[in-house]
Amino acid sequence: MASDERTIKGRAAIVGIGETRYYKRAQSPHPELRLCLEAIMAAADDAGLSVDDLDGFASYSNDRNDPSLIASALGIPELRFSNMVWGGGGGGGSAAVGNAAAAVAAGYADHVVVFRALAQGQFGRFGQAPPLRTVSGPMAYTMPYGLMSPAQMFAMRVQRFMHEHGVGQPALRAVALASYHHAQSNPRAIMNGRPLTPEAYDASRWIVEPFHLYDCCMENDGAAAVIVTSAERAADLRQPPAHVWAAAQGSAEGQALAAHNAPDYATSNFKTLAPRLYATAGVGPADIDVVQSYENFTGGVVMALVEHGFCAPEQVNDFFTPENLSAPGGRLPLNTSGGNLAECYMHGLELIIEAVRQVRGTSTSQVTDVELSLVISGPMVSPVSNLLLAATR
Amino acid sequence: MAPMNGSYLPAGLPAPVPAAGDLDAEHWAAAARHELAVQRCNGCGRHQWGPEWVCHRCRSFDLGWAVVAPGGTIYSWERVWHPVHPALAEACPYVVVLVELPQAESIRMVGNLLGDPTAPVAIGAEVDAVFEDHPDGEPAYTLVQWRLRSAGA
Ligand SMILES: [Zn+2]
Repeated sequence: MASDERTIKGRAAIVGIGETRYYKRAQSPHPELRLCLEAIMAAADDAGLSVDDLDGFASYSNDRNDPSLIASALGIPELRFSNMVWGGGGGGGSAAVGNAAAAVAAGYADHVVVFRALAQGQFGRFGQAPPLRTVSGPMAYTMPYGLMSPAQMFAMRVQRFMHEHGVGQPALRAVALASYHHAQSNPRAIMNGRPLTPEAYDASRWIVEPFHLYDCCMENDGAAAVIVTSAERAADLRQPPAHVWAAAQGSAEGQALAAHNAPDYATSNFKTLAPRLYATAGVGPADIDVVQSYENFTGGVVMALVEHGFCAPEQVNDFFTPENLSAPGGRLPLNTSGGNLAECYMHGLELIIEAVRQVRGTSTSQVTDVELSLVISGPMVSPVSNLLLAATR
Repeated sequence: MAPMNGSYLPAGLPAPVPAAGDLDAEHWAAAARHELAVQRCNGCGRHQWGPEWVCHRCRSFDLGWAVVAPGGTIYSWERVWHPVHPALAEACPYVVVLVELPQAESIRMVGNLLGDPTAPVAIGAEVDAVFEDHPDGEPAYTLVQWRLRSAGA
């Protein structure tokens, strides 16, 4: 590859994955930093690397664990790269891997850890309004009207999308059923042993229409990490590499405008990123074998898969069935570990780990002969990001 | 059912106060006068909401305010069943609407749809602004709420 060619394709790979046990929210016996260190050391072990080899750290969503503290705690001889993707939710998950890949391609660092740790017992909880007496700025245009949680923020977008394209509730339900189905074969999954039926979904309470309880992600404690290195170095390590073919991050115009004023509103915000990702990799949606798509809420997954070209908006009701979305035989196996809905809400880093497992052939819901494994991070937020991993360089 | 004794949602939600630099102070002041004011660019004449320090179309810093007709159409909506604020513990369900203002380049505002919170809501329905005073707020404030035009005055 010419060194002046501006592409990440074939230049970096994920070579290690590590997780703590996943806990229900606030059930972790350990503080967040300890969980974080545990996941990082597990990822190094998985890769066959010494912790001393780790020299870079990238995270997202304002992770509280500062790379300088992590490196010091682990006794890492030299820290060469630390990086944070702005933005809340899981939108920066794939972007953090993309940044890690860029760092190794540029030679800033050799083994960059992408990590995320959450202990909501130790810290605050998502989805609950902050205790304020007054509110100003963008929140003042929504909060006094009772619109303040992520579910309430995104239900408005999904409702508009469903209206514009005649999308029915069963499409959202199919996303939830696929996640729960895959969780039943995954012993790590919080919802392992707790299958979901269409009837139970329909009977579940509304959180905010059009989201039932099962359309909303869990909240969990735990930590996860992956290690990114150069494609050359990856060839010498213990695991089959998951090669980075493409990564993209960003946002379409005006997606962060206040009070729901994004010019293109009924979108997951992937309309600009998906073509960029495919162009970098030189592939299209028909080439993708398996997808992990961040589920903050099921409706965002529907929009994200449409915007990645897997079906037209008008085909959503036919395409989004549990059969089509289930491994191994479905047309588009989706969230094969159970994802944020049923495995663990590790802000989507667990989805990146699952995408690696699919490339390695070690998923508990393995798709046969995976060549291309797609990750979609953080629909409906800004920035969002995506990542395409491949079995070959 | 949401209580209807004066305000659509119960007391206890945070009071809106002007943003840093009084960026949106005119909106809240106009609401207290029962007028609907949004930001308008003195450079290109276009409206924007929420207020910004610069026009995001022509990038002029010369921004003013316009009082616009207090009506619009429902662009999207949601019915909230699960309260996430203690003040709303007994207030569910309630309806939040996203209203677009065709008279102002279809900028959008968030508010509540007054009336029966269990009634069906139609995207595209025409609505009129209702100025909901909160004289006991700390500080006092006025919200811009919405009512179906077909419901009459
Ligand atoms: Zn202008």
